[in-house]
Amino acid sequence: MIPVETDFTPWQSLAGGSLIGLASVLLMLMLGRIMGATGILAGALGSAPRTDRGWRIAVLAGMVSGPLAVLALTGQFPEIEVPVSMPMLLIGGFTVGIGVTFGSGCTSGHGVCGMARLSRRSIAATVTFMVTTALTVFVIRHVLGG
Amino acid sequence: MRLIASYFAGLLFGIGISISGMANPAKVLNFFDVTGHWDPSLAFVMGGALLAAFVGYRYALRRTAPVLEPSFHLPGNSAIDARLLGGSAIFGIGWGIAGFCPGGALPALGTGRIEVLAFVAALVTGIFAARGMIAWNARRADYVPQK
Repeated sequence: MIPVETDFTPWQSLAGGSLIGLASVLLMLMLGRIMGATGILAGALGSAPRTDRGWRIAVLAGMVSGPLAVLALTGQFPEIEVPVSMPMLLIGGFTVGIGVTFGSGCTSGHGVCGMARLSRRSIAATVTFMVTTALTVFVIRHVLGG
Repeated sequence: MRLIASYFAGLLFGIGISISGMANPAKVLNFFDVTGHWDPSLAFVMGGALLAAFVGYRYALRRTAPVLEPSFHLPGNSAIDARLLGGSAIFGIGWGIAGFCPGGALPALGTGRIEVLAFVAALVTGIFAARGMIAWNARRADYVPQK
């Protein structure tokens, strides 16, 4: 992988993060559900009963519309730079799929919603994946040397 | 009404992910690369999201039920076990390899980028593979050898 420099964007990231939090509150307030990308996707892919899939598909459709709304408002898609080769993307994606299924959640479900509920389970999960992500990036970039 | 509320919540999430930089693997990986090209932006994403969700949940969960449903659907499992920690550890390894997490990649599908499609296809394959392993393990646990 070839690391690229990225600009530090505190205000934009804070604003985006607040919207993510607000979206989670909205889904809890209206439907009483956790805004977890893993849980919503897994449920839509068959782990939830058929009658319980409509709202999940609606959330997913809303998510996918996000960058299009940004395109409509600002005239450009959000920046996506992928400093990772295609085989590594596939290996990473497969690994993430295994991990979030066994771990019952990801950054949004455990990291935002669970931590906001002060769930000890989610705090343990979040600390664990933040540490292994950092270690993985360190090994790939500084031990294997990219 | 449930579908409209769900779509709107998803849209808000997708816009938030887009402007925060969470859909951008270069930015996400640089957050974790403290000893290299460090970009602390992700801490502000998490900070903003946690603060908004923490304050909003206080208010929302004070109700006896959500607006459009008869009851809240909160995870009941509180066990901190090997499955939770092992799964989370594996997730982190994948996140560190690819730079996408599910919450970042799903909204990013809207850009139509081939890298995002590839990641999500692999993610879905991984979810089904894990389900297969769980089902296989459950069958094995139920299996009683015949004498």
